[in-house]
Amino acid sequence: MLILLPVCRNLLSLIRGSVMCCGRSVRKQLDKNLTFHKLVAYMICLMTAVHTIAHLFNAEWYNNSRQGRYDTLSTVLSSLEDTGNGTYLNPVRSNSTTPTHLVFTTIAGLTGVVITLALIVIVTSSMEVIRRSYFEIFWYTHHLFIIFFAGLVFHGAGRIVRGQDRPLDWGKIPECPIPRFEGGCPQTWLYVIGPMVLYLCERVLRFIRYRQAVRYKKIVIRPSEVLELQLMKEGFKMEVGQYVFLNCPAISRLEWHPFTMTSAPEEDFFSVHIRSAGDWTRNLINVLERLPEGAQGPKMAVDGPYGTASEDVFDYEVSILVGCGIGVTPFASILKSVWYKFKESNPKLQTRKIYFYWLCRETHAFEWFADLLQGLEKEMEERGMANFLTFKLCLTGWDQSHVNHIILNFDKDTDIVTGLKQKTHYGRPDWDKEFEQIRKENPTSVVGTFVCGPQQLAKTLEKKCAKFSDLDPRKTKFYFNKENF
Amino acid sequence: MGKIEWAMWANEQALAAGLILLTGGIVGVAGQFRDWEFAAYGVAAGVFICFLEYPRGMRNKGTSVERTGQYCLTVCVKAFGPVTRNYYVRAGLHAALCVPGAFILPTVLGCVCLAIASIIYLVAAIRGEQWLPILPKKTEKRVEMGKSIAYPPQNPPPRPPPELRRKRAEDLEGAAYVNPIAVTANE
Repeated sequence: MLILLPVCRNLLSLIRGSVMCCGRSVRKQLDKNLTFHKLVAYMICLMTAVHTIAHLFNAEWYNNSRQGRYDTLSTVLSSLEDTGNGTYLNPVRSNSTTPTHLVFTTIAGLTGVVITLALIVIVTSSMEVIRRSYFEIFWYTHHLFIIFFAGLVFHGAGRIVRGQDRPLDWGKIPECPIPRFEGGCPQTWLYVIGPMVLYLCERVLRFIRYRQAVRYKKIVIRPSEVLELQLMKEGFKMEVGQYVFLNCPAISRLEWHPFTMTSAPEEDFFSVHIRSAGDWTRNLINVLERLPEGAQGPKMAVDGPYGTASEDVFDYEVSILVGCGIGVTPFASILKSVWYKFKESNPKLQTRKIYFYWLCRETHAFEWFADLLQGLEKEMEERGMANFLTFKLCLTGWDQSHVNHIILNFDKDTDIVTGLKQKTHYGRPDWDKEFEQIRKENPTSVVGTFVCGPQQLAKTLEKKCAKFSDLDPRKTKFYFNKENF
Repeated sequence: MGKIEWAMWANEQALAAGLILLTGGIVGVAGQFRDWEFAAYGVAAGVFICFLEYPRGMRNKGTSVERTGQYCLTVCVKAFGPVTRNYYVRAGLHAALCVPGAFILPTVLGCVCLAIASIIYLVAAIRGEQWLPILPKKTEKRVEMGKSIAYPPQNPPPRPPPELRRKRAEDLEGAAYVNPIAVTANE
């Protein structure tokens, strides 16, 4: 039952919203819901193995006992007749059957085999290799869990495990009646019914969201095969850095794909930037490329928004944002929101300083945010707060032609790649130096680090956070948050 | 559904089936169940299937991830040539191996899992997939692009001695060599 709860996204969002008072560390635990789901799954597998092995022995020994292979007492107990009043003990009724036959003729045995098979197929298709490369197999076979839970609830319906009724007064009453036996009641349903109902509500909610109308405000095809969609939906409220699931029935009826939103909550629409990375995204881009100007796109369903750690950015005095390639999208949303909050002088903005690192391999990907960053830069300068936001854009895939370009344009005021005043850096940043500098510039602050990118980068930054933090409350402390889909 | 390589999933399923067959066999032998000989067969077949399925094949698209320590088994499996390369053979082999497991209870589960793996391998074979070994490539040393420009050099690069430097238009006599064509200054 615990396995169903971590995947109820809306429930988690609800909990996250209602424990806003409890502080960051409590809410951060909710981010690890998938890890918890996997741990519970491993436990289920282990317990299934133990349960199955135990029942294998059980079936064999009951059968042997029925056939009189063991001592006298067992044989006598096994041959207690069934006169319809709970007088028999051994569930194996005939003395010429085999355990295999037993399994396939009882509810418990049959459901047991079926659900164990379902479990095995679910587990083999959830291996990392299959999940990362062939997600559809993982997703569709995972729905076998419906069979698993159905079978689990009915597993005890045959009441095969028999015990003595009225065991409490045995040996205490003077009449000393002949013992009677009855099968135990199925109790699994008591445990699983709650989470099953919650999960059902979750799926119903997703279905309702699917039916709600979504209008296209703008469709832009950006260079480097990136698509920007600006959508509008009634009653849709988002926070900074949240993500939504998109479904396009014209492309695939059953697939929902997550995308981080790149617009700020202050805008009246919400936008997503989609990179061409697989079948679905490529088909979507193809379909939208062929649309005439100003036409509405194919029907799109939106489920969400679902929140993750980025909501906490404004709570920290100083924030370090590191995005790798397309992983910068939640931070784009944050920067836009910063821009709006700045303009309105929103008191909720506790942040005094933001360091933004964008690591990217090719220059094309920068273009779609060039205007955003240029606008921000101008805004900062006009208000005289040029050091509120420090950004370092790091091109990690440079070659000789870049070098030539740089040499020629060295003296220009603005960067040739992005047109910004901040020059583009080349190669990966040296994190030790960066953290050292941040520590020097902010000697007494609490610094929050947010990463959206590959595991390796996250691990490196986590280590640096630990390395440069100080237990002394008067000195700088680095907290690490990770976002990864 | 995109370009799915069924063999990858079939491999996972078959490995799991092998382990389950092995466990069921151990239970049957240890408990000395009736007809425990089938359980002993389960142990042997389980071990064989685990060895056969442990090395992952190379993927057609994308990076192939090896299992830890699979290299030795890759070499063994590769040595059988077309027998292990062809997935029809594997499908048939698994179908045949699973049958004796159906006779006693502990190995029934392993039998059914293996049957499922056999079906998926059949699908893979129909789609024309093959098992190709993942062999370690000689990785060429990539030219390091330079870690950072944080510490630029303190001194200029060394210059050649005066005799070997390029002749300058202002100082034709002081040069170490004579040109066949006259040197003129840049305009």
